[in-house]
Amino acid sequence: MDTKSNVDEIQDVVIRFSGDSGDGMQLTGSLFSDTAVFSGNDIVTFPDYPAEIRAPQGTVGGVSGFQVHVGSSKVLTAGDFADVLVAMNPAALKANAKWVKSGGTIIFDKTSFTEKNLQKAGYIKDPIKEDKLEDFKIIEAPISEFTKNTLENSDLDNKSILRCKNMFALGIVCWLYNKKLDVAEEFLQNKFKKKPQIVDANKRVLEAGLNYAETIQAVERHIIAPAKIEKGTYRNINGNLATSWGFLAASEKSNLELFIGSYPITPATDILQDLALRKDLGVKSFQAEDELAAVCSTIGASFAGDLAITSTSGPGLALKTEGIGLAVMSELPIVIIDVQRGGPSTGLPTKTEQADLFQALYGRNGESPVVVIAASTPSNCFNFAFEASKIALEHMTPVILLTDGYLAHGTEPWKIPSMKDFPEIHPPIAKEGEEYIPYKRDEKTLVRKWAIPGTKGLEHTLGGLEKDETGSISYDPENHEVMCKLREEKVKRVENYIPELKIEGNKDADILLVGWGGTYGQLATATNEINKEGKKVALAHFNYINPLPKNTAEVLSKFKKIIVCELNMGQFVNYLRIKFPEFKYDQYNKIQGLPFTVVELKDNVYKILEDK
Amino acid sequence: MADEQNKLTFKDFKSKGEVKWCPGCGDHAILASVQKAMADMNYVHEKYVTISGIGCSSRFPFYVNTYGFHTIHGRAGAIASGAKVANPRLSVWQITGDGDSLAIGGNHFIHEIRRNMDITIIMFNNQIYGLTKGQYSPTSPKGKISVTSPFGTVERPFQAGALVIGARGTFFARSMDNKINLTAEVLEVAAKHDGASVVEVLQNCVIYNNGAHRYFSDKEFKEERQIILHDGEPMIFGKEKDKGLILEDGKLKVVKLGENGISIDDILVHNSGVEYSGIHLMLATMEPPFPIALGVIRNVDEPTYANELAQQIKDVQAESKIKCVDDLLLSGKTWEVK
Ligand code: SF4
Repeated sequence: MDTKSNVDEIQDVVIRFSGDSGDGMQLTGSLFSDTAVFSGNDIVTFPDYPAEIRAPQGTVGGVSGFQVHVGSSKVLTAGDFADVLVAMNPAALKANAKWVKSGGTIIFDKTSFTEKNLQKAGYIKDPIKEDKLEDFKIIEAPISEFTKNTLENSDLDNKSILRCKNMFALGIVCWLYNKKLDVAEEFLQNKFKKKPQIVDANKRVLEAGLNYAETIQAVERHIIAPAKIEKGTYRNINGNLATSWGFLAASEKSNLELFIGSYPITPATDILQDLALRKDLGVKSFQAEDELAAVCSTIGASFAGDLAITSTSGPGLALKTEGIGLAVMSELPIVIIDVQRGGPSTGLPTKTEQADLFQALYGRNGESPVVVIAASTPSNCFNFAFEASKIALEHMTPVILLTDGYLAHGTEPWKIPSMKDFPEIHPPIAKEGEEYIPYKRDEKTLVRKWAIPGTKGLEHTLGGLEKDETGSISYDPENHEVMCKLREEKVKRVENYIPELKIEGNKDADILLVGWGGTYGQLATATNEINKEGKKVALAHFNYINPLPKNTAEVLSKFKKIIVCELNMGQFVNYLRIKFPEFKYDQYNKIQGLPFTVVELKDNVYKILEDK
Repeated sequence: MADEQNKLTFKDFKSKGEVKWCPGCGDHAILASVQKAMADMNYVHEKYVTISGIGCSSRFPFYVNTYGFHTIHGRAGAIASGAKVANPRLSVWQITGDGDSLAIGGNHFIHEIRRNMDITIIMFNNQIYGLTKGQYSPTSPKGKISVTSPFGTVERPFQAGALVIGARGTFFARSMDNKINLTAEVLEVAAKHDGASVVEVLQNCVIYNNGAHRYFSDKEFKEERQIILHDGEPMIFGKEKDKGLILEDGKLKVVKLGENGISIDDILVHNSGVEYSGIHLMLATMEPPFPIALGVIRNVDEPTYANELAQQIKDVQAESKIKCVDDLLLSGKTWEVK
């Protein structure tokens, strides 16, 4: 492979693969990502696909995309806009042209740009003119045609031949960024082990793509140098898988068996699927008949002594509300994972949003405090799943773990941790022979003990009715008030067991950006860039929402201007206004089902600073 | 489950708390039957778990001395399922009513049955909502006048047995609150059955639906209006033991012994263990002028959910190279950064 001529080195590139949802773009994207990672780059990826499994072919609604940001240093986001767009049909171009940097490169499958397909996508005749793409570098590659030519002599039928065309596109992109084909080849070899014919066809098309790019020499090639990354063993991981595995870690460290009771719901379903696979680690996965049964079976498993969790998304969390109230009342440890998506109602199932915060904090009848924490990168979903379990088990409380569609399906390389570096988890399990009073509390933490059915002599009854310390039903007015306050205070005291809030960026700044959960990558990048551009800013990004870190007020008090950025209409900022009314807050919100872009974050921060 | 030990008595299952059902309520008798059955089965005491939803009957866990969980309306089946899967060694008893399990909890009820969760489900059927003061329930007969149906209901009621069999139930039995011994006997068979065992107990709510089951329980006619089924015995009933059930044209028919040449040999013999559910369905859904069927109507063997799951886990564990989380994290595609 030629690595010398016409090759310049660049810091990073964002590539977006797009096509019909049947075109294999998710696979193409992840193969390129793996290729980049194996050559030493850092990456973040983000898939973007329609809610319909197979929307009508060739329509804009059926377009599936996969974006990858490849860098020679640490990358924190999947990138705002693409440097390169691969569009397998006119609909893909139509849907994605607006996501390409002006002057960027667009590679499209010329063969598929027929009159009929153009019209299906909403073009009249000339997409370049109609979408004003004249200033872009356009590569009109006859991808389908050359795929067919390459496999002219094969025994495969026409349909199977055309299925290889995504490899042609991958070949082109590999050439553009000077990447070898071995990762993709190895994947094909494994995937189609039993079908050597398919392996061969795909490999030939992949090479044909690379050769085509080399032959036409249409645009400059680039090299992205390997990133300086901490030593260690790495793997790629997405947020949902990291979440699932975090619970396995907690199961191991608490010596409790793991039970998951869930009902399929986008974008959380992978968690149930990933854990259903882990029978080898003893996971009891229970696909419930509905969301109510999901949370209730989880409560039952917790009552019987398992580490019990349930995964869902916004609409499912709404259905679980009453069950979570029972876990609050009976003070049983469960973890509820809400992979947030666009709402309300069915909303935008495959899109990301942070608008379930209030639901998590307040969406139950009565005074019903729960711990709420949020992961902030795909890989730290592992740590926060572990942390959610630890808090639930050690504090005998339901914990809601918030992630979102962006984290769930976004991937990044992850330095594989070792279990010996994680703390043991010590649930307060009552022992045979001790005197057991169900709601007698530890003085320091206010946590009650957990007497597990099957333990001799600890028979007792729990329930959803108000009770006194002994667990007997009590309608006594004063007792109710005492119990409500105790439950609230128990959750509040979790603050003594969580880390303090840290500040990133310029610590001497007057301006503080505030975020929480899945927006960390964009906010941290924006913070860095604004500092580089000469304005001093700091960033406080929250993972612990209820209770908040103990030093929150102290941190906020150091800044003249606080700008809270979130993907909703201002839920966290209003929460802060309730908790700390002594400070003034500005806010920037976006509710489009999409992550922030760094550019718009910066623009809006500057705008807020101008407005004063 | 045969962790036997020093003989338990029903006193071991008496709770310290005061029983607060209305005086004369059928629930008291059912409680006594359950305590008797638990003692007779003689599992170790700490293995018994009672889980209920909401309603008069659902107060049960507070009135029996076992591990107990009084949960939320309709959800006992789901919670009991979770508990059983988490620890299959427990003897899980679900206490529920006609509203709790057939209205608000209908979905969990049919699915725990379909999965053959090894849970003993006692459904107190009083054909009314007692705790909320007298609204009609999914088992109230059509036309029932209640506070929410002042002109009579226009709804058709559920037949619990048909629902259980429709959900591929492996066990269905029926008793009446005042038949303490029959209830205890049936409950013991139910609890020992591997799988979801539904026991419908016709229960009298003295306050809101007094006499709902009077037609069947009436002292003067009860022998003519009840048939107690025993495996291997012919299906005969009546004061004089002179009536019986036969199959004619694919339907059940009541006949009189000695009439039209009918002898005891013509009468159907009960077999609760036959897999084919057709005859069980006919028995479970008999309505006047037929007698009502009591006793164990259906009791067939099928693998249970928790056992199948435990077995699957064992099988996968024997095959898998992944033995701990570290193994898992390092499995699949990884790379070294040096
Ligand atoms: S209301 Fe009816 S069912 Fe409830 S306790 Fe009283 S008599 Fe029994």
